[in-house]
Amino acid sequence: MRSEETGKTKKDMPSGNGRIVVICAAFVAGMVGMSYAAVPLYSLFCQVTGYGGTTQRVTQESDRVLDRTVKVHFDANTGNGLNWEFGPKTREIEIRIGETVRADYVAVNRSSRPLTGQATYNVTPQAAGAYFNKVECFCFTETTLAPGEKLEMPVTFFVDPDIVNDENIAHVTTITLSYTFYPYEKEKPVAAAPVPVQDNTQL
Amino acid sequence: MAGTAAAHDHHDHKPQGFVRRWMYSTNHKDIGTLYLIFAIIAGVIGGLLSVAMRAELQEPGIQIFHGLASMVYGFEGDSAIDGGKHMYNVFTTAHGLIMIFFMVMPALIGGFANWMVPIMIGAPDMAFPRMNNISFWLLPPAFLLLLLSMFVEGPAGSYGTGGGWTIYPPLSTSGQPGPAMDFAILSLHIAGASSILGAINFITTILNMRAPGMTLHKMPLFAWSVLVTAFLLLLSLPVLAGGITMLLTDRNFGTTFFAPEGGGDPILFQHLFWFFGHPEVYILILPAFGIVSHIVSTFSRKPIFGYLGMAYAMVAIGAVGFIVWAHHMYTVGLSLNTQRYFVFATMVIAVPTGIKIFSWIATMWGGSLSMRTPMLWAIGFIFLFTVGGVTGVQLANAGLDRAFHDTYYVVAHFHYVLSLGAVFGIFAGWYYWFPKMFGYMYSPFIARTHFWVTFIGVNLVFFPQHFLGLAGMPRRYIDYPDAFAGWNAISSYGSYISGVGVLIFLYGVWEAFRGKRVAGDNPWGEGATTLEWQLSSPPPYHQWEKLPHIR
Repeated sequence: MRSEETGKTKKDMPSGNGRIVVICAAFVAGMVGMSYAAVPLYSLFCQVTGYGGTTQRVTQESDRVLDRTVKVHFDANTGNGLNWEFGPKTREIEIRIGETVRADYVAVNRSSRPLTGQATYNVTPQAAGAYFNKVECFCFTETTLAPGEKLEMPVTFFVDPDIVNDENIAHVTTITLSYTFYPYEKEKPVAAAPVPVQDNTQL
Repeated sequence: MAGTAAAHDHHDHKPQGFVRRWMYSTNHKDIGTLYLIFAIIAGVIGGLLSVAMRAELQEPGIQIFHGLASMVYGFEGDSAIDGGKHMYNVFTTAHGLIMIFFMVMPALIGGFANWMVPIMIGAPDMAFPRMNNISFWLLPPAFLLLLLSMFVEGPAGSYGTGGGWTIYPPLSTSGQPGPAMDFAILSLHIAGASSILGAINFITTILNMRAPGMTLHKMPLFAWSVLVTAFLLLLSLPVLAGGITMLLTDRNFGTTFFAPEGGGDPILFQHLFWFFGHPEVYILILPAFGIVSHIVSTFSRKPIFGYLGMAYAMVAIGAVGFIVWAHHMYTVGLSLNTQRYFVFATMVIAVPTGIKIFSWIATMWGGSLSMRTPMLWAIGFIFLFTVGGVTGVQLANAGLDRAFHDTYYVVAHFHYVLSLGAVFGIFAGWYYWFPKMFGYMYSPFIARTHFWVTFIGVNLVFFPQHFLGLAGMPRRYIDYPDAFAGWNAISSYGSYISGVGVLIFLYGVWEAFRGKRVAGDNPWGEGATTLEWQLSSPPPYHQWEKLPHIR
């Protein structure tokens, strides 16, 4: 670089430049931090508001029971790579709003080796999440089943009577509770090696 | 205005030799030129991708892409059909990313802003000339990574990343295990770093290096638009960087930010992406607003109507742009009250935008109009941007959007504001400043032909897409039912006409440099009052050795 050029730039550079750069860089770092802070904040937000069908965990049962009833539909899925038979004992029940009931899911390991699964869940319509109170459930616990082993997993819940006051979902007559069991892996494999084109028969 | 301020000696210290002059350049005008050349190349590549897509969509069925897939990737037999389908998605993805990150942003921010902002505010150069050099030279490797991603494995057995420019998980995580997606993510990282450095440079330059007397409230509107844009970049791009870094670690290092099996949520990515993505569309259009303001004022021979209103309208658009992101996500199951808020906030943006549109019209009203080529493009911009704005207000309604989401109506909307809006702004700026930047006058005949061919072409492409969207045609598919055939054919013809427009543009550039018609310091007459017209054409290598006098 030419000496005249650098000399000129330095001479003309007002002293406040460094300060502005530091402030800008702090903003950039802060925004990157904010995007990562969004992850815990978002799950907190979901738990508090029931956003996205996140259900509520409670320890106390409802103190009032309404005459109105609501259907609760039970749905069950297993993720890829988990050879389990997983489903609810009863597909659908009709309960009174506020009534505490227990439903059972059953999982059977169909494979010839022990498999560990982990369940996630949500409810649909998503706005009902805030009113779907679970007293007892099998959420996010790792469950290991020996080959052929069968396990009953109870969910105890009630629908919060305040649901009838929420304009978003006051008209809802069926709530679906959905559980998905994913295979639990200590470590996820690094981006799976792609299958070579020549041998691929799926195309 | 006094023209004597531009008096210069003849020792301009231009670095000798091609490598020193261009590769090591720290001169804002040379770097601006590099950015413009880069944007033209990227625009031609991105444009070719879109013409290929339109050629495919000209008729129902798959005509081109299976052949293209077997030619490029070596598929054989029936697998070529599936390879071609994925290739089409790769093309849409690459077209979007290229046009946004490697065409519009480099042209408006890197090119015109680098060239004109220091001159307009009476500064000798950018605040950090060497950082400016890095900002530019990060772009070619980023572009190269994106191009390379089209030729490495994406989903098992196919090439390239085909998830759309929004790269939503899970398709971008578990859906495309091959390295193509990683290439694209790293490309965005580098392009983002380039833009953040550029933004810091512009903010420092504009806040600190204005000539004496050039207060913020006397600053030309283009400098204002770049200042607002730089702040938007500074606040939004790090969020994208964070989001795509999470994608990268989800893909490669076993984190589960967006994977429900580990307690993550794919919707979170959409929130992060659009918190960047919405300000990004204002980043693309605000500098064009600035350029159009100057052109309308110049060729109406009047100062811009409502200067302060224009400046603060841009500030308002930038600020409100950060709190409307979820209007891209009405269909993910937002609660009714959330939707109400986002509908309202989105509609609020129409107010400052309306202020700008009406101020441009008020500037022209009663002015002494001369319809020279830049003015044609600027008026074309105002008209087309308004059309896109009207469909934008419609799409802001959550109820309507539920039907229009991911249809061609949305495609038509954002192409009217960005392809026909921002790109018309770029061409307006190109013809407005071409004589200033290069010292030669373009051929008015070729320039006008370029305008009319492009104007007719792009309207033929995108206006029928409104009808297709209303009829329910979804975007990002290689094929469609026969019922959509008519308007698709017309849309495709329009894209060929626009392609011819690009050729006319390139010919016009070549012709202008061959013709060597000397433009003079100010070819536009008394309407052109900003500082760049006080300098020679092209401006001296180092300008404002004697500081300009600000009225």
